[in-house]
Amino acid sequence: MSLFTPLRNPANMFTALVLVIFALTPFVAPLIGESFYITVFARIMIWAIAAVSLNLIIGYGGLISFGHAVYLGIGGYTVGILAFHGVESAWIQWPLAIGISGLVALIFGAISLRTRGVYFIMITLALAQMIFFLAVSAERYGSDDGLNILARSDFGVSFFSLQDKMTMYYTIFAVLVASVLVSWRLVNSRFGVVLRAAKSNDARVESIGVATYRYRLTAFVIAGMMCGIAGLLQANLEGFISPDMMNWPRSGELIFMVVLGGMSTLFGPVTGAFVFLMLSELLAGWTHHWHIIFGPFLVLVVLFARGGIAGLLSRGVRRG
Amino acid sequence: MRDTVLEAEGLIKAFGGLTATDNLSLSVTKGELHAVIGPNGAGKTTLVNLLAGMMRPDAGRIRFNGRDITRMSAPARVKAGLARSYQITSIFRDFSVLENVMLSVQACQGHSFRFWRPVSGDTSLIDPARALLERVGLGERMDLRAGDLAYGEQRQLEIAISLATEPSFLLLDEPMAGMGPEESQGMIAFLRGLKGDYTMLLVEHDMDAVFALADRITVLVYGKVIATGSPDAIRNDPDVREAYLGEEEIA
Repeated sequence: MSLFTPLRNPANMFTALVLVIFALTPFVAPLIGESFYITVFARIMIWAIAAVSLNLIIGYGGLISFGHAVYLGIGGYTVGILAFHGVESAWIQWPLAIGISGLVALIFGAISLRTRGVYFIMITLALAQMIFFLAVSAERYGSDDGLNILARSDFGVSFFSLQDKMTMYYTIFAVLVASVLVSWRLVNSRFGVVLRAAKSNDARVESIGVATYRYRLTAFVIAGMMCGIAGLLQANLEGFISPDMMNWPRSGELIFMVVLGGMSTLFGPVTGAFVFLMLSELLAGWTHHWHIIFGPFLVLVVLFARGGIAGLLSRGVRRG
Repeated sequence: MRDTVLEAEGLIKAFGGLTATDNLSLSVTKGELHAVIGPNGAGKTTLVNLLAGMMRPDAGRIRFNGRDITRMSAPARVKAGLARSYQITSIFRDFSVLENVMLSVQACQGHSFRFWRPVSGDTSLIDPARALLERVGLGERMDLRAGDLAYGEQRQLEIAISLATEPSFLLLDEPMAGMGPEESQGMIAFLRGLKGDYTMLLVEHDMDAVFALADRITVLVYGKVIATGSPDAIRNDPDVREAYLGEEEIA
């Protein structure tokens, strides 16, 4: 056991399988007459990106943010509002969406990271809800009802248009792969080691001469920007934004995806998002009262599968 | 004194009604091993926390190498060369032994805002960490998870982590805490090996260790200094004898 778990383990094999499914869906789904899975999986991948970003601060930083969905909202609203005012260029929309997400994360992080434990949870929640209510009160942009986005972000080149279903799908796929790659490099770098050390023993890191606050804040900003990208993709995919995309239950679901998949594992959040959303989709198709089954299932996972699906899979192999 | 490295002057720290550090002054000269002893509740750990910057004194000043560091943060003091170890073992239990020390080496090399290159193959971290572990006698154990080390070894790692920050001054908070007689002897030999290379302030409960190692001793009772002097002078000091009466016999 050490900082660096080998990449080749059963949990990662499972995720590799999930990624392969993602990659092949646009080809396979139409063949079996289930084309709607393309949209379903595109949605799941966006949540996976958000979960990967949250895992950076929850899993590796030990910072339980209960307001992470706010960056989905900020990314989405930046795109939506700009489109509403006729600015459809991706070259303006995307950098702004990422930049504003980072700026908000910087401000929120600077405030909330001065607290610990349950206070941190409550402050991140309160700050996120503040933005949620701001969106609710923005009548011009549809208040509660949200806002339709008439055209997807325009890259201004003919060979790459998000209006094309496949391009949209594989853009999301590429961003997901990139976000996993980025977090892999991050957590194993000098920066990541400080972040993880501070999670397990903050006082000791300070007493070897490292002021941990700045590292946590940086992680918070990186995670916010990454989640902002998920938000701008969501707005593009759905063609619609509403305050609900950043309401607190979304933040809770994100935490759950991370825990379900396996906190502080590289691919856990991807698996977590996949299983969480597929399961709720399947159960919802089976009965209206699907929450009655889903709720206890989540409780059981937390109680009995410490380390989530990743933990379960690697333990199963060690025993066998 | 010309060679004074660390100097505390009139330190006061109170927790509610309890004055843990009561107008305390002491100085440590270069190369010296200065021990601080005192019965339970004498305020020894509070003193370490004040000197290391984990706590702010209510009054008084601390000077280190001629600089006033009273308001300096704990990380900044480490950068200035003042490292501490903990009474209750404070290591990164889930990191390997090597990684524990690598982190310290990394901290010593400047900021860690490097986001891309993995540390696992970084020889500029691994080599110094290995060398240090060999030196402190943990060379055979460096690939183990730190939490799986024997207790005495964890105490050694605790100090190795502090040494890797390349300090000039070591604040050691009860390094023998919780050790059996044999492990204590090992630690005494280990600290003796460090003498001369580092200036040290050793806070300790174990009298054998203190009298075996210290150049000078300061005796603390209820946060106050009641005596400072050579081991012999302290051994024969009537005030010290009285303070320890019924507690334990000195050497």
